[in-house]
Amino acid sequence: MSDPKDFTAGFDSNARKAPVRVAFITRRTSPQVKVADEDQVMTHPGVFFRVAVAVELLTIALVALALAWDAPLEGLADPMHTPNPAKAPWYFLGLQELLHYFPPVVAGVLIPTLVVIGLIVIPYFNINIQAESLWARDGARRLRIVAVVALALCVFLAVFDVWVALVPTVVIAAFMFVAARSSAQSASRMRRWLYSKTLSFWIMTWFLAEAAVLTAIGTFFRGPGWSWVWPWRS
Amino acid sequence: MAKSLTTYLDDLRDSRVWRSIFRSGPGQSNLHHALVVQSNVFLHLFSVKARKRVLDFSVTWYLGALTFGSFLVLVITGVLLMLYYHPSVPLAYTDMKDLQFVVSSGVFLRNLHRWSAHAMVLLVFAHMFKVFYRGAYRPPREFNWVIGVVLLLITLFLSYTGYLLPWDQLAFWAVTVGSNIASAVPVFGRHIRFLMLGGNLVNANALLRFYVLHCMILPLTAIFFIAIHFWRIRKDGGLYAGAPTTVAEKEGER
Repeated sequence: MSDPKDFTAGFDSNARKAPVRVAFITRRTSPQVKVADEDQVMTHPGVFFRVAVAVELLTIALVALALAWDAPLEGLADPMHTPNPAKAPWYFLGLQELLHYFPPVVAGVLIPTLVVIGLIVIPYFNINIQAESLWARDGARRLRIVAVVALALCVFLAVFDVWVALVPTVVIAAFMFVAARSSAQSASRMRRWLYSKTLSFWIMTWFLAEAAVLTAIGTFFRGPGWSWVWPWRS
Repeated sequence: MAKSLTTYLDDLRDSRVWRSIFRSGPGQSNLHHALVVQSNVFLHLFSVKARKRVLDFSVTWYLGALTFGSFLVLVITGVLLMLYYHPSVPLAYTDMKDLQFVVSSGVFLRNLHRWSAHAMVLLVFAHMFKVFYRGAYRPPREFNWVIGVVLLLITLFLSYTGYLLPWDQLAFWAVTVGSNIASAVPVFGRHIRFLMLGGNLVNANALLRFYVLHCMILPLTAIFFIAIHFWRIRKDGGLYAGAPTTVAEKEGER
């Protein structure tokens, strides 16, 4: 046994004759393997103190708000007298805005159900766990697919006259186009950042943009008969 | 020679009664700090240590903690409001007027509850998007994300049921709009609305149902899931601190 040990793994290697130690590091490496000793703090008092300060600051802000603005209170509920428009709480106004375009079973039932299911399944998609850029592989083909999907979505929204939802879709699609035309070596930092983003980032950002725009429009831009009003003109 | 306040506190914590209640004595060692967390039924949901990096404001913006903070404010103000409230028609509305004109600081109490409720809904959404954009939902934290989605829904239902309780025009018609959406569910729509409202229209039965949901069932459910949510942070390896530092990077720092 004078010859140097062969440390490559092979099917014919005899563990008794040439002991080898092989660690297979898979692509989904557990953090415990990777992480070096990190600096730690004791939860008590280190974390609790900071959390207590954060909660106290929030409470101060809420108390200030409560002192400055009164909660709305209208007249006694009257089933015979419908206000125009009758609006749901603000966090449902995005859905109420969609009710304006789609039948209730779509806007009120199907879409919220799909959103909740979509949110729940997010972490169970283990594809692209390393958060690789959407354009890292097959960039040109993926851009074509994105373009077709975006176009189909725009046509669908235009057919139903949902112009308010079309705008965020076009904006996000434009950003995706810029991202596809950038690379990790782009001169501008913004373009490098856009390029690095994953598919899930783009889907969620589109959803966030739609939710924010629809909610804002339902809250501020809708008047009697759900007609369009400019909030600064009323 | 006069003893300092700290000495008195240490004496207190060293007393038989204190130890019988809290099971940990005085001391500043890490062992003592660990025991404070570990031997407390509520605090032991949390881990004894945390990575220093996760305490940076930029990592979490403290959104989870702030959401819980707004929940605490809501529980306290909510219990106080219950003392002045009758879930019946039209007493519910006259109680609002009493809060306005009769109860000391009644308006402030209602304002604080209302704005905190809006703040909590906003904070829950912000927390969710922050967690998503940091990738903190990825394995092994996937189920805690699901619990978070459940808590989001509970928060929305809590806010929505509370919306009816003042029994003014705003409350009545907002809930009417919402319950009409519920009736659009295929096949079971009308049954769901009947179950929700205790009738075919928003009426006194609906007010009572929403009151029970808002003050009992939903808060208890929320506390149940919040406890699991916190406990899972510890079980899933602490708060997500971003991409793990590799040994090489660590060496490079030195």
